[in-house]
Amino acid sequence: MPLLEIKNLHVEIDGKPILRGLDLAVNAGEVHAIMGPNGSGKSTLAYVLAGKKDYTPTAGEVLFDGKNIFAMEPDERAAAGMFLAFQYPLEIPGVATMTFLRTALNAQRKKRGEAELSTPEFLKKVREVAGKLGIEQEMLRRAVNVGFSGGEKKRNEILQMALLEPRLAVLDETDSGLDIDALKIVAEGVNRLRAASRAFVVITHYQRLLNYIVPDVVHVLSRGRIVKTGGKELALELEARGYAEYQEEVLA
Amino acid sequence: MNAEVATIKTAAETALAQAYSQARARLPGDDAIAAQRAAAFDLFAKEGLPHRRVEDWKYTDLRALMRDAKPLAAPPDAAAKARAKAAGALLGDVETRRLVFVDGAFVPELSDTAALEPGLSIGSLADALANGDPLLTAHLGKLAPASDVAVALNTALMGDGAVIRIAAGSTAGRPIHLLFVASEKPAATFVRSLVVVEKGARAMLIESHEGPSGSDYQVNAAVEIFVGDEAHVDYVKIIGEGADALHVSTLAAAIGARARFNAFTFTAGGAVVRNQLFLKFDGEDTVAGIRGATLIKGRQHADTTLVANHIARGCQSREVFKAVLDGEAHSVFQGRIIVRPGAQRTDAKMMTQALLLSERAEADNKPELEIFADDVQCGHGATSGALDDDLKFYLMARGIPAAEAEALLIRAFLGEAIEGIEHAGLREALMDSVIAWLKARG
Repeated sequence: MPLLEIKNLHVEIDGKPILRGLDLAVNAGEVHAIMGPNGSGKSTLAYVLAGKKDYTPTAGEVLFDGKNIFAMEPDERAAAGMFLAFQYPLEIPGVATMTFLRTALNAQRKKRGEAELSTPEFLKKVREVAGKLGIEQEMLRRAVNVGFSGGEKKRNEILQMALLEPRLAVLDETDSGLDIDALKIVAEGVNRLRAASRAFVVITHYQRLLNYIVPDVVHVLSRGRIVKTGGKELALELEARGYAEYQEEVLA
Repeated sequence: MNAEVATIKTAAETALAQAYSQARARLPGDDAIAAQRAAAFDLFAKEGLPHRRVEDWKYTDLRALMRDAKPLAAPPDAAAKARAKAAGALLGDVETRRLVFVDGAFVPELSDTAALEPGLSIGSLADALANGDPLLTAHLGKLAPASDVAVALNTALMGDGAVIRIAAGSTAGRPIHLLFVASEKPAATFVRSLVVVEKGARAMLIESHEGPSGSDYQVNAAVEIFVGDEAHVDYVKIIGEGADALHVSTLAAAIGARARFNAFTFTAGGAVVRNQLFLKFDGEDTVAGIRGATLIKGRQHADTTLVANHIARGCQSREVFKAVLDGEAHSVFQGRIIVRPGAQRTDAKMMTQALLLSERAEADNKPELEIFADDVQCGHGATSGALDDDLKFYLMARGIPAAEAEALLIRAFLGEAIEGIEHAGLREALMDSVIAWLKARG
């Protein structure tokens, strides 16, 4: 059974159809890249998986580990092992990063019936992961993402992912706004987490990120559907030829 | 038309007039004080209770909200005093010098006036009035605006309160806590306190009010505080009245030069609350932080009205007031910053924000600037709205359940104001009561 199975998914925002019959199956241990032009529905897919309000599924189903995710609240999906790295991570004034991380981790553990981490255990874990991502202790004391640069925000997303150890991570344009050094740090962070029990869906507009996070499968998303699926070479092909032909294909 | 309205006395107005005429002979104070009371009462007799056509009371129509006036509180009995021993729990384990007032009367046996620090003197207003304390002659009634009817009623009927003096250069080692407790019997109390902090002295004062729910008692409390040059004063007021209480309180302060003055009001209790602050920046280069947090639900009504009057040059004031409202609660913030012609280089910024947790809650924000000097930096901002859905989603996407995500965001929202309190223990105690409020909300 695939870890994530999306069947004929239709999603509307404000009555406007965005996803129109999307099918996708991702097995544990795999990295899938989803590429596509602007407006093809990439971020909608990311948000609907995470459970954002106003993203309304009108047909089809999404099974995570065989369970219908539309019956689950966003926090329940997270506790079940789903993670979304946001394209635009939010700033939360007044909530210290450490408080946020610890509340999230312990809320998930509690829901899974696991013991909450003690303060020393938690600190050790955070320091270890943050160190590898080049995140300063000082940053962790600040409010979540407040005053962070674009690159710091993205690294903070990866830090959260590494701490929460999801079974499925969806990375929504994690490469956008990153310079090459930051991109490498982020990609290394992801690669360290690659495991037989874990899957990734990497959403990106550009092929560049896929040089560092090498996918097993590449999909082209256009007008709310997967229109082509191939190996990692498909990404290079898209880079060389652009998305024009896929947009026209659907139009025709 | 107004004159016609004023001639019809409400039940509460009639009862207050009766209370005054019956009590005036036994209220403490010499002839000068009696004259002060009479003049104040005359203002009330002329104006009546403030109502919605009085601009400063527009959103808190006391005339309509006060259906009756309770009889003046009798001296507390032994049972009421015994129950008051458990009061003040909200402060957690913050160590204070406690002055306890039950139904408006000072209770020495529950209060800690032993081993006062050098330069610190503490007494009751009733004693000071009876003994003709010269501190009162010099200060009482000099700051609280005589034209405000709530203040006038307080002056006319004041029975007891605290009189505190901190001599030049002295420091009160522990926060001085004026703890006002209402007993089970619904009554009206009029308490008046005077605090004189002389040059270079330092003190923290806490004024708290509590009482039983289910009793519609009425509190009118006023404090006048003189902050000398180079003094440093932190003032925290906690309004934790019972659910059915009516609470009107006034803090009037005059702040000298190069002083530091922080005031914080925490409002969580009471059915109807009006919290007034009248601040006068009399000396140059003073730094002040005036903040407040209000947490109300059900049908609670809480009004904060602030006037910051910059008279001297070079003062900096920051005003931050936050309100969280649930149910059909109604919050009011009226903030007026006045910069007088001589107050050049004034730096005053005021922010008021309301967080509405329910569609039926209502927040009225009225910030005003009146600037008569040209070299100033002044600003104000006001926001009101619901919790940010995107932030809530971000927290939930990390596994934090909806209620916990909301609580985290509400704490962060209020934290911005509460963090302004310098005393760490008190900051934590107030945060704990925020958490308790959020838990009770479910």
